[in-house]
Amino acid sequence: MSKVLNLAARNLLRYRRRTALTSLLIIIGVMAVLLFVAITGSFKNLMVGQITDSFVGHMQVHRRGYVASIESLPLNLNMPPALADRVRKALSATPAVEAVAPRVKFGAMFSNFTETTSVRVNGIEPTEEAAVAPLLAARQSSGKKGGPLLERGEMLVPDLVARGLQVKAGDTIVLVATNRDGSVNGKTFLIRGTLESATGPGGRDGYVHIEDARELLRLQQPEITEFAVRVRNVENVEKVADAFITATSNIQNKEGRPAIEVHPWQKLSPFANIASMIDVMTISIKIMLVAIVLVAVMNVMVMAVYERIREIGAISAIGTPPSRILWLFLTEGLLMGIVGTLAGAILSVVAIYGLRAAQLTYNFGQQQGLVLMPVLSPWDALVVSLMVIAVSVLASLQPAWTASRMDPITALRHV
Amino acid sequence: MNLICAEKLDKTYRAGDVDVHAVQSVDFVIEPASFVAFVGPSGSGKSTVLNMIGCLDRPTSGTLTVMGTDVSTLDRNASARFRGQNIGFIFQDFNLIPVLTAYENIEYPLIMVQEWPAAARAKRITELLAAVGMSDQAHKRPDQLSGGQKQRVAVARALVANTKLVLADEPTANLDHDSAYRIIGLMKKMRDEFGTTFVFSTHDPKIMREAELTYALEDGRLQLGTGGNHV
Repeated sequence: MSKVLNLAARNLLRYRRRTALTSLLIIIGVMAVLLFVAITGSFKNLMVGQITDSFVGHMQVHRRGYVASIESLPLNLNMPPALADRVRKALSATPAVEAVAPRVKFGAMFSNFTETTSVRVNGIEPTEEAAVAPLLAARQSSGKKGGPLLERGEMLVPDLVARGLQVKAGDTIVLVATNRDGSVNGKTFLIRGTLESATGPGGRDGYVHIEDARELLRLQQPEITEFAVRVRNVENVEKVADAFITATSNIQNKEGRPAIEVHPWQKLSPFANIASMIDVMTISIKIMLVAIVLVAVMNVMVMAVYERIREIGAISAIGTPPSRILWLFLTEGLLMGIVGTLAGAILSVVAIYGLRAAQLTYNFGQQQGLVLMPVLSPWDALVVSLMVIAVSVLASLQPAWTASRMDPITALRHV
Repeated sequence: MNLICAEKLDKTYRAGDVDVHAVQSVDFVIEPASFVAFVGPSGSGKSTVLNMIGCLDRPTSGTLTVMGTDVSTLDRNASARFRGQNIGFIFQDFNLIPVLTAYENIEYPLIMVQEWPAAARAKRITELLAAVGMSDQAHKRPDQLSGGQKQRVAVARALVANTKLVLADEPTANLDHDSAYRIIGLMKKMRDEFGTTFVFSTHDPKIMREAELTYALEDGRLQLGTGGNHV
């Protein structure tokens, strides 16, 4: 085997410039794919992390029909205490669930006593919310930091609202909300701090304590709008959601239908579509790489066979088995793939380290100054490398087959 | 026992709409350790006969037995195996592998055709390099060798696997006279040393006189009175 490898390597070096050009094509292709995967992958992971860890959670549980009407934040689709208790128990009994946070969501008028604007508000239990959305505290751009996310009587105000109404941490504001029965109630809050906006639904919401929310909405019972859930492995969130739906199928409403609905973050955030587009683009780039490698290697191998017809005739005449001739040419393609892939992968890793060291920043939506930190997973590098090597061998198959089936007499007569 | 025996050997191939009778009703026998030439002008069929003996081509009809094997029945893989085990080839254009040294070219059949252990390979190649007078050129590549030197390497390659039969199609055609005589002399010496049968084709009258047994072909037919012994 080592002799075949040696002979294949020497044959490749016979046409140095051609081999170098083809290898360069493979190197550029591998680098393009790995850098694309690393950059888009890190962007995707960063955005998914921002969305899930700073406000949405990995998945959410609502009363049936709530998400369809989520724009109007309907109070009549809150979970009554009995239902909320059952759901919480079921979530607690699910091993894949790491943390659960109840929320009461509502729309309110936000007033600084001279001006008013509308705002969406989440009533949260601070400790549980911090466990489900660990990056929420990091979004606080001003005001009192540290300790619980907020205390009773305090509000975290979105930056956009704070700027629009020219309020700041320490100011007093009033929230006026319409209750379920149509009456209006108001309550003053101290601004604990302001929150940076985040991309996606809920990224510009304000936060108050859940008990304050219930008081403002005059909820007689401890109702809950949603449970935000953090799972142990976000990669499995859709499976966890499906399993939870099955496990809670016995929780039914009066019509005998499931009383709750479960949505992983992908169903709640439009960024999931962008993430899917990134995945599709990654696949497209990989297909382009396959095409480049296929054409480049096949071209070289076809030429190699054509230029060595007499040599093939001679080695065939002296008794080299057709299978060994086939392997010889396949090995040449394999070597070209391995060398190109290794060089491409090494250069990609160097480029990725360079990009990380350069600390390039970019903006996305309302989020400014995101740092580009491309990460290449060993798995992605392995998959791309194996794919290129396999395609190199595949591209050599037809020329190698032709060489192995060549009639020695015809080949020896070739001019 | 005859090494090669051909009876009523025919080879017809199609060129466009015309049937070309390359070899017609040829009979011959070749004994072991003989030095035989097929002679004749271009297109007389001598290469076709060598190709059939070498299992590179199949007869259209007739029987051809090489070392007791009816080679006309062998398929592609069996032919390759048979050639690899029993027959060495020397080509007019040398056909050495350009990226390998003289040593490695001789070694090639022992690795890619047969599978000899390294020590046995080294011993055999050293022996043959000395026999063909190329020990001091062992690590040169073909493009660094003269035509005569290349053909010496080709002779060694043909013999390296202890083959009992070597076929040489116009082995001296690309050599000057001195080199040609030296190669023919070397082939004879190898026959004497290793007991290998050499069958070669030539259209050079001087070279054909070096053969111990000559078969003359014209238009694919064996000429009467040939098969005679020159020595």
